[in-house]
Amino acid sequence: MSPQIADQTERPRAEGEGAAPPALVAFQGITKIYGTGMAEVRALDGVDLTIGAGEFVAIMGPSGSGKSTCLNMIGCLDTPTSGSYRFAGVEVGTLSRNQRALLRRHYLGFVFQGYNLLKRTSALENVEMPLVYRRVPGRERRRRAHEALAAVGLQGREHHTPAELSGGQQQRVAVARAIVTAPALLLADEPTGNLDSTTSREIMDLLTELNVERGITIAMVTHEEEMATYARRIVRFLDGRIVVDRERPADRVPGGGGGLAV
Amino acid sequence: MIWSTIRLALRELGRNAMRSSLTILGIVIGVGAVISMVTLGGGATSQITGEISSLGSNLIIVRPGTQPQHGGIQVQAAPFDRADVEAIVREVPNTEAVAPMTSAPTVAVFGNANWSTTVNGTLSAYLAARDWPLARGRAFTEGEEQAGAMVCLLGATVQDELFGRQDPLGASIRLGSAACRVVGVLEARGESTFGMDQDDFILAPLRAVQRRLVGDDDVDLMFVSAQSEAATAQVQGDLERLLRQRRRIGAGQEDDFTVQDMAEIATIVESTTGVLTTFLGAIAAISLLVGGIGIMNIMLVSVTERTREIGIRLAIGAQGHEVLLQFLLESTLLSLFGGLVGIALGLGLAAVAAPWLGVPFVLDPTIIVIAFLFSGAVGILFGYVPARRAARLDPIDALRYE
Repeated sequence: MSPQIADQTERPRAEGEGAAPPALVAFQGITKIYGTGMAEVRALDGVDLTIGAGEFVAIMGPSGSGKSTCLNMIGCLDTPTSGSYRFAGVEVGTLSRNQRALLRRHYLGFVFQGYNLLKRTSALENVEMPLVYRRVPGRERRRRAHEALAAVGLQGREHHTPAELSGGQQQRVAVARAIVTAPALLLADEPTGNLDSTTSREIMDLLTELNVERGITIAMVTHEEEMATYARRIVRFLDGRIVVDRERPADRVPGGGGGLAV
Repeated sequence: MIWSTIRLALRELGRNAMRSSLTILGIVIGVGAVISMVTLGGGATSQITGEISSLGSNLIIVRPGTQPQHGGIQVQAAPFDRADVEAIVREVPNTEAVAPMTSAPTVAVFGNANWSTTVNGTLSAYLAARDWPLARGRAFTEGEEQAGAMVCLLGATVQDELFGRQDPLGASIRLGSAACRVVGVLEARGESTFGMDQDDFILAPLRAVQRRLVGDDDVDLMFVSAQSEAATAQVQGDLERLLRQRRRIGAGQEDDFTVQDMAEIATIVESTTGVLTTFLGAIAAISLLVGGIGIMNIMLVSVTERTREIGIRLAIGAQGHEVLLQFLLESTLLSLFGGLVGIALGLGLAAVAAPWLGVPFVLDPTIIVIAFLFSGAVGILFGYVPARRAARLDPIDALRYE
């Protein structure tokens, strides 16, 4: 087990200045097969993918193309059938279920399509939750949760429960929950899927801001071309394989001219 | 971490207050029943033991046949007779009083009043052996005993029933077909712990009862009191030897009679209480089992309802054992709370019922601690399966769960 994923309160400030740090995410021939025999489904089929620190990648593709499986794989929620996945140099395939949980706890943040906030629980407590598992003491936890909520523009809503917030606000709480731990990688699964276009743009602006100003690496699954234009790199999946992987042209205005094929 | 998990569990239980309270009902009733029973039983035992020792620790009771102890078979045997009594008086040293007894059910009639009771044929030594003073009048004289005169002493209840406020001394009552003159009244002793009226009997000379009411020469029972507690063992040993000899029991053969002192009787009562305690323990075990299944059921429902929450926690980085702990803590707090309510309920019930049943309220801290620990153990035991189910959920499936 790598020392970086030991169960300690905070992620150690590793990665020295010396040698080039390993890529955050490095897939090599990742294959994921569900079912056996005739019912065999290759959700991912020999995928090579590298995501470096500071990137903002949009993962696209039709449903069933493997994009969600890919995101779950990056998020260490799923394990590959074959191939190698190194997260910051650590081979994820050899980690136990608990070690993967620790890896998620210390390095990853998640934003889901359906917000996935705890019901009947205040925004503040929702945001505090990841810090509870990091054993951050109560007072520090509340301070950081307040900060994260302020960063997503929800000052004054700390004690509202999800039912008392709009969809956009709920997703902001979810984003705050994902960034309160200052994760190395933020994973977003259709973050705007349940939102109207105005709110969607607000959320995408927020993610872009986090990427640009805080240097948080983001991998986002979306099927909306407009949302993908916020990313600096677009990866397209089809039948479990990557068919397109390109940087967004610098002159493109984020959010504008959606629907263009890449 | 543990503190925030406890707070979380309490809040979760509070949200489903109705469901939580219904769930713990089984535990509450089980623990409550056991606590109240054991508390009342303990009170009764201490009272009985007290009563037995107040009978006099030097009293020895001799019966024909052997007593069924621990579920054995009662052996019938020939009764004693007056010659046995005389032999004991003659040959066993250090006795204070030897009182034979034979009993017969009877209806006592005085004027228009009649009362079903028991007439005990004995000697005035009975009063010394049982340490039972007279309220009024006098005991039998030796002449009356020898002649089998129809005179009698009334228990307090019989006096009340037949005479009310009238003076019974010198009055003639009818016992079956025989007329009998009242010469004295015994002091009231009240109810025994078992709820029996100890004052509901008539004493008459042994010979009178044998001749006029029973029609044989048998002696059913003998009360022998030793001169001191120290002499009890010797008197008991001499009684056994003498009776074996008189009843021609060969060496190696079992006694066909029983000689018991009060310490032995107290032991029997205590072993009876022991059986009662075991029985209560079994009831407690069943009710805790039922309560535990209730908890398991509701925790399984809770885990299913909160599948999404579990998925979120797992995705965010909770380890399996942390989720397990969360649910285990919930079930344990639930059952501990049930145990506490049950203990309070049981003690309250016992406190109310104790004076009504006429037994003292004796608080037993051991049983309270045991009940509390057991209810906690039930929560852990029956909460484990649902908690493990939660901990083993796949985060991806759990997040997708609708």
